[in-house]
Amino acid sequence: MDAEEHAPGTTAAPLDVARSDASLRRFLHGLPGVDQVGAEARAAALGTRSIKTTAKATALDLAISMVDLTTLEGADTQGKVRALGAKAVHPDPSDASCPRVAAVCVYPDMVATAKAAVGASGVKVAAVATAFPSGRAALDIKLADTRDAVEAGADEIDMVIDRGAFLSGRYLEVYEEIVAVREACGPAHLKVILETGELATYDNVRRASWLAMLAGGHFIKTSTGKVQPAATLPVTMIMLEAVRDFREATGVQIGVKPAGGIRSAKDAIKNLVVVNEVAGPDWLDPDWFRFGASTLLNDLLMQRIKLTTGRYTGPDYVTVD
Amino acid sequence: MARTELEYAPAPESRSIVDIKASYGLFVGGEFVDGHGSSFKTVNPATEEVLAEVAEADEHDVDLAVKAARRAYDRVWSRMPGSERAKYLFRIARIIAERSRELAVLESIDNGKPIREARDVDVPIVAAHFFYYAGWADKLRHSGYGETPLGVAAQVIPWNFPLMMLAWKVAPALACGNTVVLKPAETTPLTALLFAEICQQAELPPGVVNIVTGAGATGQALVGHPDVDKVAFTGSTEVGKAIARSVAGTDKRLTLELGGKAANIVFDDAPLDQAVEGVVNGIFFNQGHVCCAGSRLLVQESVAEEVLHRLKRRMATLRVGDPLDKNTDVGAINSPEQLARIRELSEAGEAEGAERWTAPCQLPDTGWWFAPTLFTDVTQAHRIAREEIFGPVLSVLTFRTPAEAVAKANNTPYGLSAGIWSDKGSRILQVASQLRAGVVWANTFNQFDPTSPFGGYKESGQGREGGRHGLEAYLR
Amino acid sequence: MTPSPTARADVRKTYKLYIGGAFPRSESGHTYEALDAKGRWVANAALASRKDARDAVVAARSAFGGWSGRTAYNRGQVVYRVAEVLEDRRAQFVEAVQRSEGVNARQASATVDASVDRLVWYAGWADKIEQVVGGSNPVAGPYFNLSAPEPTGVVAVLAPQASSLLGLVSVVAPVIVTGNTAVVVSSFRRPLPAVTFGEVLATSDVPGGVVNLLTGDATSLGPWLAAHMDVNAIDLAGLAGDAVVAAQHEVAAADNLKRVVRAPAAEPDWTAEPPLTAMTAFLETKTVWHPRGV
Repeated sequence: MDAEEHAPGTTAAPLDVARSDASLRRFLHGLPGVDQVGAEARAAALGTRSIKTTAKATALDLAISMVDLTTLEGADTQGKVRALGAKAVHPDPSDASCPRVAAVCVYPDMVATAKAAVGASGVKVAAVATAFPSGRAALDIKLADTRDAVEAGADEIDMVIDRGAFLSGRYLEVYEEIVAVREACGPAHLKVILETGELATYDNVRRASWLAMLAGGHFIKTSTGKVQPAATLPVTMIMLEAVRDFREATGVQIGVKPAGGIRSAKDAIKNLVVVNEVAGPDWLDPDWFRFGASTLLNDLLMQRIKLTTGRYTGPDYVTVD
Repeated sequence: MARTELEYAPAPESRSIVDIKASYGLFVGGEFVDGHGSSFKTVNPATEEVLAEVAEADEHDVDLAVKAARRAYDRVWSRMPGSERAKYLFRIARIIAERSRELAVLESIDNGKPIREARDVDVPIVAAHFFYYAGWADKLRHSGYGETPLGVAAQVIPWNFPLMMLAWKVAPALACGNTVVLKPAETTPLTALLFAEICQQAELPPGVVNIVTGAGATGQALVGHPDVDKVAFTGSTEVGKAIARSVAGTDKRLTLELGGKAANIVFDDAPLDQAVEGVVNGIFFNQGHVCCAGSRLLVQESVAEEVLHRLKRRMATLRVGDPLDKNTDVGAINSPEQLARIRELSEAGEAEGAERWTAPCQLPDTGWWFAPTLFTDVTQAHRIAREEIFGPVLSVLTFRTPAEAVAKANNTPYGLSAGIWSDKGSRILQVASQLRAGVVWANTFNQFDPTSPFGGYKESGQGREGGRHGLEAYLR
Repeated sequence: MTPSPTARADVRKTYKLYIGGAFPRSESGHTYEALDAKGRWVANAALASRKDARDAVVAARSAFGGWSGRTAYNRGQVVYRVAEVLEDRRAQFVEAVQRSEGVNARQASATVDASVDRLVWYAGWADKIEQVVGGSNPVAGPYFNLSAPEPTGVVAVLAPQASSLLGLVSVVAPVIVTGNTAVVVSSFRRPLPAVTFGEVLATSDVPGGVVNLLTGDATSLGPWLAAHMDVNAIDLAGLAGDAVVAAQHEVAAADNLKRVVRAPAAEPDWTAEPPLTAMTAFLETKTVWHPRGV
């Protein structure tokens, strides 16, 4: 991420509402509500856009360049992470024109391996920290987790918010934790995972988005990928509305990362349409929009090969990592 | 990385699915027949291409059609058990669904509406409408409106939703045991004529549905025919009044769906993003060629600036152009006459001092187009706040209190529909109960469903179409 | 009779249960002889056990959320599709009714016609019953007040013993078109139309578990269903004429206050148009109040 809109540790000054749970509550609950039916209808309508030929080629390459290629399994090994790193740098080894992905996303103990695997390619290394995915640990452990990952070379930290605190109205606690993690990130960029599948309502998604932005996150991210539903199109749309409105209010641009559940090129392109028409073209950039995914990349590659060769391809013709 | 522009490439729906003939006759007694009058051309409003020559029914043709309908009524349709009538209507519903893409493409070509709307809104509603009323045919004794049909229904429909208005007219009439003579609008006759083919495929008994094409004179001959028992008209308030006069003193039953000048009321606690969507959908759906369009935005002063900002930003993303492109949001204006009226009223708006803003968009060189437009600084006295524009033009007014919103919303001779946007349920229900309009949408707009009655107060018409209530107009 | 060595032997169907969208044999491994009207053996039908009934209730319960959550329009289309597919298999059903009920071809044909028409009639009710039995109530106060019917849940149906197809369709359709799910015990002596009807349901866009069909003895399965605490209603049509046993079922059903459709004194004429109570018996009325005020 090259755009450094605000320095670590500072928040957007015009919206100094983080004095207490009560002041945060007043602010967050004063945001315009979200009508579920209307929001879902709008997302579905955008999902009917037909992206063909040249537009599809542009969209596929853009989507590939936005992928945070992810492995977050208990069974992860250095070998698995090295393979992931190689795939990230050369998603399609047979086609030099294929862009590299944005980042690889791993657990903190795999950061050094991932860093070595991507080398100087420009692919970033992101680490999930703060007792991912549940976030159920003491703050000092979460901060240590974060510092370890940064020291190992992580360019980006994907943290989880305390959903329990959020749902019980302890907004200040959530806010302060994000601020503390942001500080522990040092030069690394911070993505704040809201775990929207546990927040249950779009109103909550909007409020959590604002809370994370106020606290200084560089990105807001839908999900850990471990909870269903994850990155649905309406949820991503609500978060894109939030970053759009936040920039208008503060001048600060925040990125959005849907993660989990986006498996097909078709779904990825629907997301890009929503980015384009809701937040605007300023967000059509890996610095401002990412896909947290693993299987998505191969479908993007297969669609890309279809556009290049004019025939449908099969999974035997893209690499398994 | 340089900013990427995601320019959508053209994504045209294939026209090859429809087969438009060079000329069309009338559909009388189950057959296509030549008319005795002259003919007229129907034109693609997006390209000005002549699509077909269509027969213009004269009085004699209308008389033959009414006679065919009477014969079918007396000999077959009124005597058939409801459970058997139902099966024909179910067949029609199923065939409409089977041929839905063909109907959608033809509707888009003849009307100018975006294929996305014809495909996702008009045609599915049409199939659902027939399916719904099919189910009523053998349940009329539970309707509360009797179970005896009226006879022959004369039905005259407009050009804005040609097939949907056909369904709203024909389905309940047939379900109740009436036969019909239907006149589609002169600028959009083609889907009605394709519907005639569908009646043939369904083996609907000849004469149950008859279609006479033509303009105003044909319509006058039809509603004035002494052997029709029922007149149903959708169109302008002016013509509706003329029809009401022409049936005066007869026993003809009458239902009218006429114009509107609906208020879309946005309160300061509204879900703003959805409200903006609803306002856009309310006025730019179908190019604003919608009798229930939310053509007056009433926005609470405390959020007016923010709503307008969001509205303009959203309007700037509307894609205006080729109706057959799957990504088009706003299509062509149906006729040069309608375009002239929209222009005339818009110019009046400017002349009367309202502030005009037009969405930045490129309009095609041929065809009839009008860019999405809004007017601010509009007062109740302006023509653009009082007269139905029937185009993609929104007049924005403000209010301070719920009572003021209701007063302004009701301050019109029309009373078809209204919208309310608020997160507070009790306010929605209270305001809804005070609005003098036949349909009130809350936190949504332009929703239609076969089970839901539709129709206006005051000069927006009389009678209801849709739902159980829609049976009343065709039973005694 | 010794078959000709060159004649083709026909491939016969295994008659199974229909539970959760699948066609299992009875978990008990038991079958019984289904005979035709003249007492000749036709097939070995699965003899459903109480555990099959238990499994069927689980399947019906898990299908209830999805089925009741569908739009009424969609449910109507699905039931109409059942009619289409039944009509498509007309000849098969005419034969099954003829053999099971001992009627002639013309009578069997009329029964199948009536069964298809009954399904079409009910399909139309899906999105109309609410408009006839629901509505707004003019309460004396500043309140919006609306009553609407909702499905009661899982309905056990003991299908008629004599009318093996028309009777069956007439007791199953009102249950499902209103959004309930059903566990059905077929006619004991005439199970074959029910088995084939299960195949129609399985190929008609009806989600698995919405209708579960058990062939077997209503008097042995009925008590388990009547007493089952996760069944919300029971139709005792199949116990017609057996007042004592029917009353015992009612007593068992009282444990969780199941809605009960009582057994008639004798099996009715199923060709008559059903009353609305055929549906409202399995509907709850929900009334919603909301204040009006700015």
